[in-house]
Formats: sequence, structure tokens, C-alpha cells
Amino acid sequence: MLDQAYSRRQFLGLAGGLASIVGLGLVGCGGSNAADTAAEGSAAAAESVSGEVTYDGASSFQALVEAAAEKFMDANPDVSVSGSGNGSGKGLTAVAAGTVTIGNSDVFAETKLEADQVKNLVDHEVAVVGMGPVVSKNVKVDDLSLEQLKGIFSGQITNWKEVGGDDAKIVVLNRKAGSGTRATFEAAVFGDEAVDFKGDAELDKSGDVQTQMGSTDNAISYLDFSHFDDSKFNAIKVEGVEPKSANVTDDSFKIWATEHMYCSKDADEATTAFLEFMLSDDVQGKLVEEQGFIPVSAMKVVKDASGKVSAK
Amino acid sequence: MAKQLPKRDLENVGLGVTGACVALVTFVVAALIFMVAQKGLSAFVKDGVSVVEFFTGTKWDLANTAESGLPYTGALPLIVTSFAVMVLSMLIALPIAIGSAIFAVEIQPKFGSKVFQPLIELLTGIPSVVFGLIGFHVVVGLMKSVFHVSTGLGILPGAIVLAVMILPTMTTLSVDGLRAVPDSYRQGSLALGYTRWQTIWHVVLKSAMPSLMTAVILGMTRAFGETLAVRMVIGGIEAMPTSLLSPASTITTTLTTSMAVYAEGSAQDDVLWALGLLLMGMSLIFILIIHLIGRKGAKARG
Repeated sequence: MLDQAYSRRQFLGLAGGLASIVGLGLVGCGGSNAADTAAEGSAAAAESVSGEVTYDGASSFQALVEAAAEKFMDANPDVSVSGSGNGSGKGLTAVAAGTVTIGNSDVFAETKLEADQVKNLVDHEVAVVGMGPVVSKNVKVDDLSLEQLKGIFSGQITNWKEVGGDDAKIVVLNRKAGSGTRATFEAAVFGDEAVDFKGDAELDKSGDVQTQMGSTDNAISYLDFSHFDDSKFNAIKVEGVEPKSANVTDDSFKIWATEHMYCSKDADEATTAFLEFMLSDDVQGKLVEEQGFIPVSAMKVVKDASGKVSAK
Repeated sequence: MAKQLPKRDLENVGLGVTGACVALVTFVVAALIFMVAQKGLSAFVKDGVSVVEFFTGTKWDLANTAESGLPYTGALPLIVTSFAVMVLSMLIALPIAIGSAIFAVEIQPKFGSKVFQPLIELLTGIPSVVFGLIGFHVVVGLMKSVFHVSTGLGILPGAIVLAVMILPTMTTLSVDGLRAVPDSYRQGSLALGYTRWQTIWHVVLKSAMPSLMTAVILGMTRAFGETLAVRMVIGGIEAMPTSLLSPASTITTTLTTSMAVYAEGSAQDDVLWALGLLLMGMSLIFILIIHLIGRKGAKARG
């Protein structure tokens, strides 16, 4: 009896020791796992695509990428596509450093990275998103010029009566610095000017803006078209133009951005296959519009890295 | 079963395995402190951010750069907000924690151990994001309707959410502290003619003071470091708070929202690490205080 107890304890000790060693070993090689699988993937590419696709970056069109990834994985069961939305800046630095295979961004890589880093990246424009100002239900203003928006979001205009509304203080709800929506909105409204005005709150997510707008009086904020919600707040015209996809395609509505997916020049088979799928009719013809975006093919104009718009 | 090892070898195996665990933990802690310190200090050493400016400046703006070519890195508004939220939540939570501990230990001990304690322990396990959600949807709305402010975001709702979050930790520790007071103290006090209230106030609470202080410090540590729930209700504006209901931003909320924006190695990123270093330093100080209290308590009891 005593003998047995002894050996059991011994066994447990050994097993515990082994387990911890194995655990450490796994942690140690975790980093190289992805590379191994990718290498195997390109070796077996002759038959079907397999491998691991990872992405990081803008959260604004992460839902679109996720929806496309699901369809892609249904068709290619040997590929895993996964990632997160930690902001455009993070996505671009991560793809340049090679820690992910795809970097999602609301802005051109040129605006965030050094020139020699951009050289090694390939841009894929997957969708266009329109964004517009939104105001609380009790605000009577339904049209603002870019000049007026500039005044409001720089703190020059603080009362609704200055832009044709009631005598009430304007509550400015901003998004956090680093938000792609904010970057797009400020690029359209302010151009290259630096903005040093924070407003009454800086919110994390578009969903938080929806909630706050729904319950705050005299407020103004901005959202992409897919987050508009007529029951909670009003989307207003800019320079007399309605915030509608049709008005974005010919640049008569000025506030919009192109969604980019960057990969490195020597990307593996699985990554290029997934990006091709993003640009295919399956995604562009259906999914993009379902998710509230505008397909690139519908655009009559293009915007370059410096923000200049020209006809296609 | 495997062949048995000689007893001495077995001892060595045990020594090796447990020793390795200790070595691993020590290594991780040392590496962590080294990395945060190295990254954080490089903001001051490599990028040339002024230490005085960091602790006393009131303008925090990483997106714009001053004439010196560096971003505005005055962290005082963040430090002030962090402390304000911490102290305020403590003021709300402490009386409730001690009051319920007295009830659960001295007045209704059976109810206390059978019903109240499991209930409180359940609260401890609720993830902070849930508190944040409730805060964002309920407390913020409440602020709006009670104080008639525009956004309802700020230090006060942050402190209320935090108070609920640290309440279970503080109550559990207070209950344990009161329970650890020997019964002979109570009997002696009652025998001398003290009433129950006098016994609780002058004898039980006084001799449980070190553990109550530990409860306070641990609650403060949690309040100081909590990020997610606060981030949802504080407003996120990095400026010196002018009232309890003006939007502000704590050290932790600024850290999490800005971390994703700036590339590694930039001055902005280094300054954020400096904030991390500051947080770590604060929690080291808190832990030091707990140790000092513990030692003093042990001395007082003899």
C-alpha cells in the first residue's frame, strides 16, 4: 500500500514536470508555427490552397473582411483566416514588419509608414465608404457647409444659432484619435490643417456614438453610412448634398474613404488567393453592398494618397 | 507503474521541479519590470521628453507636435483624473463595505456566512466589461437626467462604476478581517460592561484596523488600474477636469486607446510606455504600503 502511494506521488511529480516542460516548449515555438504552415502551404499549392492568413488593422470594415473570410474558408477548408481590428496604424506597421500577412487600413500606407516600407507593400482597394455628419433629433439644422463643419469641429462655432438652429450649445462628440472614421472626416473637412479641439467626448467605437447620439440633445458627431439610424438621430446634408452612396460615386458628397488591404510583395499563396477573392464578384457584387459599403467598381472617381480626386 | 526512484533522487526531482517554478516566476517578473522600465525611460533618455513637463504639464496631445518636434506630453491631467476617480470610488465603497461587514460578522453571522458571503463572491467574478456596459447604458443616463448635463460622461460616473466593482473585494477582506478578531476580545469587552455598539466600535474595528487598511489599499489598487469599465464612461478627453461631470481620461484609458495608434519606437509610443511605468510604480508603492501595514499590525499584536 505504502509502495503504491509512493509511486503514485512519483508519477504525479514526473507528469507535472513533463507537462510544464511541454507547455514551455509550446510557448517557445508558437512564433514559428505560422511560418511552418505557410511554407507547407505553398509546397502543397499544386492541388489546393492551404495555409494561414492573418490580418490586423482598421475596425471600420473588419465586419466585411470577416464575412468574406467565412465564405472563403467554406470554399477552401484548408485555409484559416483570422485577425483583429486594432486600428489602421497598427495594421500597417504589422504588415510592414511581417507579423501579419494582411494589413487593413482606412488610409493610404504612405500617410503612416516610411517610403522604404511602403515600397514592399501591395495595395488592394476593396471598398469605398461614405461618412457624414449626424445630429440629435431635436436639432433643426439639416444642411451644413464644409466651412460650418470646420467651425464646429474646431471649436469656433459653439452655438446652434450660428448655423441657423436654436439657441443652444453644440455638444461635439468626437471619435478617438486613430479612428479611421475620424481621420477620413478630418481629412475631408480640414485638409492638411492640424486640429487642436477635442470636443465634449471622444468615443471608442461607432456603436458608442450611436448610443450617445440617441440619448443626447443638441449633439453633433459623424458616422459611416452603414451606422446611420434614423430612429435615433438625423443624418444631415453637406453642401446641400444628401449622404447617399450614389452621391459618393461621383464625389458630389465629399466625405468618403477607400478601404485598403495591404500585403507584402512576396505574400504566400493563401494570402494572395484570399485577396483575389476579396476583389472577385462574389464579394464585390454582393457582400460589399450588404455590409453598407460601396464597391470600387461603382466609383466614377478615384482618390490618391494625397487626397486628390480625379475622374477614372 | 514506473520503477521506483531511490528516495534521495526523488527529493532532488521535487527540488528541481519546484525550484524551476520559482525561477521561472522570478525571471518573468524581472523581465517584465526591465522591459517596461527600459521602454518607459527611453521616452526621457532617447526622445528627450522632459521629466518635469511629464509630471507637471497640463497639455496632453500626441497627435500634434510642439515647436520642439515632440508631442505634448503633460500627463498631469491623467494623473489627477486617475487619483480623483480612485479616491472618490473609495469614499463611496468604503462605508458600504465596512457597514455590511459589521452586519455579516457581528450582527447576523449565520446570514453573513450562508447567504451574504457567497453573494459577494459572485460579484467578484463578473468581468469588468459588464460593469462598463451597465455604466454606459444606466449610470450615464442617470447622470444626464439627475444633473441635466449634456453627455453625462466624466469622473463621477467612472467613480460610481468603480465603487461597485471594488465593493466585493473590499467587503470580503473586511469580513475576513473582522472574523479574525479573537472572540476573547469581544467577551472581555462585554464583561467590562461595554454595549454591543461600543464593543464593535472600540474593540473589534480597532483591532481589525490593519486588515481594514489592507482592504482599502487593495481596493485602491484595483480602482487605479481598472481600465475597460472606466474607459466606457469617462469621456476620453485628455484635459484637466474642471468638474466631476466634465469628460476626462485616466492614465489607463489613455494608454489603451492610444496604444494602437502609434508605431513602435516612435516618441509617442515611448511616452505611452512611460505611462505604463508610472502605473507599475504606483502599484509597487501600494503593495509596499500593504506590507508595512502588515508588519505594523503584527508588531501591535505582539
